[in-house]
Amino acid sequence: MKPLSRRQIAWRAAQDVADGSYVNLGIGLPTLVSDFIPPGREIVFHSENGILGVGPAPPKGEEDRDLINATKQPITLLPGGCFFTHSDSFAMIRGGHLDLALLGAFEVSERGDLANWTTEDPEWPPGVGGAMDLAAGAREVRVLMEHTTKEATPRLRRRCTYPLTAAHVVRRVYTNLAVIDVTDEGLLVREIVPGMTLADLQAVTEPTLRLADDWRPLEAPAV
Amino acid sequence: MIDKRVRSLAEAVAGIRDGAVVLCGGFGASGQPDHLIHALIEQGAKDLVIVSNNAGAGHTGLAALLDAGRVRKVICSYPRSAGSVVFERLWAAGKVELELVPQGTLSERMRAAGAGLGGFYTPAGAGTKLAEGKEQRVIDGRLYVFEKPLKGDVALIRAERADRWGNLVYRKAARNFNPVMAMAADLTVVEVKETVGLGALDPEAIVTPGIFVDRVVEVGDPL
Repeated sequence: MKPLSRRQIAWRAAQDVADGSYVNLGIGLPTLVSDFIPPGREIVFHSENGILGVGPAPPKGEEDRDLINATKQPITLLPGGCFFTHSDSFAMIRGGHLDLALLGAFEVSERGDLANWTTEDPEWPPGVGGAMDLAAGAREVRVLMEHTTKEATPRLRRRCTYPLTAAHVVRRVYTNLAVIDVTDEGLLVREIVPGMTLADLQAVTEPTLRLADDWRPLEAPAV
Repeated sequence: MIDKRVRSLAEAVAGIRDGAVVLCGGFGASGQPDHLIHALIEQGAKDLVIVSNNAGAGHTGLAALLDAGRVRKVICSYPRSAGSVVFERLWAAGKVELELVPQGTLSERMRAAGAGLGGFYTPAGAGTKLAEGKEQRVIDGRLYVFEKPLKGDVALIRAERADRWGNLVYRKAARNFNPVMAMAADLTVVEVKETVGLGALDPEAIVTPGIFVDRVVEVGDPL
């Protein structure tokens, strides 16, 4: 059994981004997705700080402090891209104008609740950023995350143990072990890494899993 | 004759009082009015409430103002970022209050203040811990939380170019919160890279009309 790397999780999520969509990538793991969009698809990436048409990172030495993404990493602007103020940026987000938000998470519940803004660690201040706006406003929310914590605690929960970002919003979860849909009947496993059985996956997942009739092996190229 | 240009940074921040609510533009370092913030440190106002997306990084700008012990409270969406060591230290020591606001709500609360509105209902954060103590209601089958306007005594912002009427254009994604903050304060002070003659800015491209601006100071490049 070979779990996907973080880049492979991003690669897998990228395969499902439809041609012509307007997409916001959350900070962390989701920002890698733009590197793996299949050729021939035209995707407009939105960045919450007022950019549509986010392009790849610039060559070293050509970074611009006023061209950054939500993670504050340097980016470029594609032809056709534009800038706008925060009010407009979040009107796009809340107003249902984004086709897809790909977000990171601490936990996702079996009903699609999302927890990704605070672990209530008293040592560190919490930060919400645009997460609640994106979770509430994007037409579809998908999550990319490791299947468990470093301590092997499941991140897929019956109920989230951390404070929610939004209730009932996540439709699909990409992990290093599986692709899982959130359905009205609970979690449905679409893909699973070769060498892993549903029982193996269930052992690291809190809610009950069902296997889709047309399930497939979860395979990604070395990227 | 209208001439909003002032000759010095000291003149630009004159009259800002102890306890003032100060809106500070920028997303990370991009569009942050560092020259004005450093002038405010020199000016000496204390017990300030700072409204900004982040809480400073490194040791310049907001981080320097925090480090100088002038800030009582920070209202922001995302205090933690690479290098936000000053805020983290003060927060852990209980020396600065934090009000965490979802990023789109932060922007829209200021827009409401600037637009003369008494607040608004947003789905972002509804049903979460950040909505506790606030009015929530279902509108057309969806849960919203009521958010009040957020007005500044002062807005400190950065733009690329201004004319003597205070019309502003910005540079790339340094625009971010600056236009919405310009409209949401009793006194709006702008640092610009350069001032230009009246009529030199393309009226089709002016982002912030001068009616929202009180003082303009030319400072050249960011710190």
